[in-house]
Amino acid sequence: MTNLIQLHEFDGGIHPPENKHQSTQRPVKVAPLPKELILPLHQHIGAPADPVVAVGDQVLKGQVIAEPHGFVSAPLHAPTSGVVTAIEARQAPHSSGLSELCIVIECDGKETWAPHQSLYAELNIDDGDELPREAIVERIRQSGITGLGGAGFPTAVKLATGERTIKTLILNGAECEPYITADDMVMRERADEIVRGAQILLQALGAERCLIGVEDNKPEAIAALKTAVQSRKQEHHIDVVTIPTKYPSGGEKQLIQILTGLEVPSGGIPADIGIVCQNVGTAAAIADAIDTGRPLISRFTTVTGDAISDKGNWDVLFGTPVSHLLDISGYRPQKRERVIMGGPMMGFTLPALSLPVVKTTNCLLAPTEKELPANNPSMACIRCGMCADACPADLLPQQLYWFAKGEELDKAEQHNLFDCIECGACSYVCPSEIPLVQYYRFAKGAIREERAAHEKAEQARERFEARIARQEREKAEKEAKRKARAEAAAKSQSAKKAVPATKAAPTAAPAGSSDEPSPELAKLQKQLDGAQTALKKTKEKLEAAQSDEALAAKVPAFEAALTKTQDKIKTLAKEIAALKKAEKAQASAAPASDKGDPNTPERLKKKWEMAQGRLETAEKRLAQAEADGLDTVDALKTGLEKQRARVADAKAAYDAAVKADSGDASPEAKQETKAKPDSQAEQATATPAASSTQANAVDLAPKIRAQQDRIEKATERLNMAKADGLETVPALEKALEKQQDKLAQLEAQAASSSSPATSPGDA
Amino acid sequence: MAEYLLILVSTILVNNFVLVQFLGLCPFMGVSNKLETAIGMGAATTFVLTLASVCSYLMYNYLLVPLELTYLKTIGFIMVIAVVVGFTELAIRKTSPLLYRVLGIFLPLITTNCAVLGVALLNIKRENTFVESILYGFGAAVGFTLVMVLFAAMRERIAVADVPAPFQGSAIAMVTAGLMALAFLGFTGLVSI
Amino acid sequence: MTTILIAVLVLTALAIAFGALLGFASVRFKVEGNPVVDQINDLLPQTQCGQCGYPGCKPYAEAIADGDKINKCPPGGESTIDALADLLGVEPEPLDAEHGAEKAVPTVAYIREDECIGCTKCIQACPVDAILGAAKQMHTVIVDECTGCDLCVEPCPVDCIDMIPVQTDRTSWYWEAPTQGVELIVTDRRARRIAKRQA
Repeated sequence: MTNLIQLHEFDGGIHPPENKHQSTQRPVKVAPLPKELILPLHQHIGAPADPVVAVGDQVLKGQVIAEPHGFVSAPLHAPTSGVVTAIEARQAPHSSGLSELCIVIECDGKETWAPHQSLYAELNIDDGDELPREAIVERIRQSGITGLGGAGFPTAVKLATGERTIKTLILNGAECEPYITADDMVMRERADEIVRGAQILLQALGAERCLIGVEDNKPEAIAALKTAVQSRKQEHHIDVVTIPTKYPSGGEKQLIQILTGLEVPSGGIPADIGIVCQNVGTAAAIADAIDTGRPLISRFTTVTGDAISDKGNWDVLFGTPVSHLLDISGYRPQKRERVIMGGPMMGFTLPALSLPVVKTTNCLLAPTEKELPANNPSMACIRCGMCADACPADLLPQQLYWFAKGEELDKAEQHNLFDCIECGACSYVCPSEIPLVQYYRFAKGAIREERAAHEKAEQARERFEARIARQEREKAEKEAKRKARAEAAAKSQSAKKAVPATKAAPTAAPAGSSDEPSPELAKLQKQLDGAQTALKKTKEKLEAAQSDEALAAKVPAFEAALTKTQDKIKTLAKEIAALKKAEKAQASAAPASDKGDPNTPERLKKKWEMAQGRLETAEKRLAQAEADGLDTVDALKTGLEKQRARVADAKAAYDAAVKADSGDASPEAKQETKAKPDSQAEQATATPAASSTQANAVDLAPKIRAQQDRIEKATERLNMAKADGLETVPALEKALEKQQDKLAQLEAQAASSSSPATSPGDA
Repeated sequence: MAEYLLILVSTILVNNFVLVQFLGLCPFMGVSNKLETAIGMGAATTFVLTLASVCSYLMYNYLLVPLELTYLKTIGFIMVIAVVVGFTELAIRKTSPLLYRVLGIFLPLITTNCAVLGVALLNIKRENTFVESILYGFGAAVGFTLVMVLFAAMRERIAVADVPAPFQGSAIAMVTAGLMALAFLGFTGLVSI
Repeated sequence: MTTILIAVLVLTALAIAFGALLGFASVRFKVEGNPVVDQINDLLPQTQCGQCGYPGCKPYAEAIADGDKINKCPPGGESTIDALADLLGVEPEPLDAEHGAEKAVPTVAYIREDECIGCTKCIQACPVDAILGAAKQMHTVIVDECTGCDLCVEPCPVDCIDMIPVQTDRTSWYWEAPTQGVELIVTDRRARRIAKRQA
């Protein structure tokens, strides 16, 4: 059938020296087990997998150790049996050199397999029968199979072609990059599994025809594949096609163009034109997964380069440190150590040799200085256009270079920057030795970064607008509620004429209540906070500028900004103070607080009862703590004392109110509100302290005690603030002073009221 | 018919108003930084030039000549041009606020574009008929646009090229404009008009 | 004499006619609002931090449309100033130091939960509702939504909010621009040798 297939060509391409014969002189050897395996969770395109084992767990060979996260993801399996010694961040084999989460397994050397079975056994069907498509894709997904050609796209996702009809399956055996021979050896030694894999894939895709494209520099591989196709009697479905050797004919889009003449649309995928392309290694892995149930835990990796004495391919488990492989291959460290993961065109230099082999590692290249000399510094572009001649994707590399250099990213995008496959053919031919691919990678990254930032900004804008809408809604609701309550209160007010209406609502209530401060106050407060932050920042900048000679020019600007901000703060503070005063005046002018008059006898009775209830719980807790011998006994005892005092106060207030009610209108009974220290201070000055004499004497004692407690707390807070050097120290000192004044007042009052003569009122 | 074609060839290429007669250099240098703005400016100038050409012809032949006030032609033409430009400004502001903002001050400066006044006065001097006047104005504007677009395209490439430090900015732009003028000199003698 | 009079009259008549024409045109082509504001707003980073002096990004966009300077946005930084300059056809200016400096690394807020007292002040301050919590309940910052505007740091009464740099991981790592090759005259052998040694 092969002679009936017409080959096409793609424009451009280069013919670098192949250097493949060095690593095909011996068959593939199985790499011995290292001491430990380091398995990054992000060995594929998509979301990193989530670990499902914990440190210390015993794992078997082929056991799932990480599950896929979402649809575009793949699971991870333990390549050998052992113990999980760590799940931590380690440097990953990625061009960024950044760390990522890795599972570290210490090998026990036993290589005990986890139980596994073929898909036929799992589904309880005979070996010859047809397998359901979904089952095949599911098994491929569960086996952690990703593209072994170098990109690592999860195969199960690639096979989820949805509505599209797939007519042709293409297996990529081209391996166009110099030095790499991993796929060559897979085709020579596992040709049967590859053909089996092709059969399975044809079933999974519902396709009729498979083309295996192999470059003509691999005659043994072609022969092996042809034999396998014949022995499995697949001549009518699978064709082994020999294609001329050219770099980069192994690129997915280029291979499709060669074998079918069709071009994958810009920005699209091959499935759009009814084609799916898989690597030959992936096909072999699929055969393993379906026929034996073995997950993807190893691959063939070429170790080559003149610094290696035993050049060749290894069957290596994932997670094997590169240093281990280099050791067993006889690596001679060079003066300028450079080990490349991947090939000379598209690989990257490893930042350290302790990094592991992962699913996408097709080659480790350790060249000598003579073999791959260092780059000369790049020179100016002479606009020769050789790069455009070499580009396999029909792009204009020179234009893309100018745009990337001048950071005109939208023009670069218009010139189809994202269709660049980063093959490096343009950099290879450039006479000025300009690293063109680096420019394109930078431009692509910059565009992606901009897009991400724009999306984030959009999201922030939406959230901001939603928040504004919510606030408006809440304000409107609150207004409506307030109006309703005001009307209700007005009604109840007119009904309760007996209750002393001249009682001013405790001024502590607005400050200590759970109602929010008025919106204008909140706005001013916010502005004040913002201005204070700005002040702090400007102060820091000014100090830095004053100490640094270089920034001397900016000092006057900062000083000006500083004075401006300070003025702003002063005005804002004044406004806030004025507004607070106005609100307070309003509140005290109001006939009653929203909750209604808290001084009614019923309310006070309830308060007393609640206080009593709390007292009982506190006593119970104390008893329990004493029985258990806890440390908290002392604290509980003090709490109990306080609660007893509160109960006494509540009772006293209630009695007073009852008396006041039955008697004439009299000024308010004392309130025991738990307000903040500043408001407490205000209360001390604003509240008239008069009440009936007997209530006076009873009330004062607990009040004094409470005040003493408050002073203790305030002193504590002040000391903590002083220790931390906070800016709130002066404010706290002032508050403490006020508290102490109030205590003095109360004590004086107590002293005067204990004498039989009734004090008329004010302390 | 041939006459009209000759007029067009002459005004667009041979006697290009910008590169050969050196009129209208201000927007030529000022707006040609980006290709989009150059095209926008060219379109606006085309509209203004053609309309101004027509209105000036009408005003001269049917108002000033009968009343023997031909000495008022300069003032009259300026008024016509100012009105047409004002009208164009309002139209652009409505249809493309971005173009309006990008052209900025250069849009009302079309009023002082010597090419526009030049076309109006040259029409009189050459005693063009009505149709010839229209074509003359239109051809002048097309030539102006052509040269602006070419220059803008070149300036965009120069902006990202490795220009030696002393030449960066206006210097290399002037040099390029001069070279373009030299190139257009090659059209001399193509059409004698 | 009459010629002068006629001339003046003609000119006046022309002027009135043209004026009327323009007046009519200005009414006919009246432009409502300013669509450029939306285009400007699209370029701003939407952190709603207020460092520019306006209460949000949209008000600043409106101010720019009215003629305010474009160099007041620190979170946007140089790239935003350049984009705005491009859009409006003005010269890009360096960031105005009075409004803050561009942060070297993007930061997000982090609440030290041991110290949080559940007062909700930071929740009220956050312009994009990126803090989760309720009164007397634990507060925490939703990192994905936080824009790093630092408006929450000041209101916290126990000062438990830190601005920490965002961790770069593989998904947010991007290639850097390649450095210019050495600008050599090719025959300069000594410089080439030095460059080779350094490479």
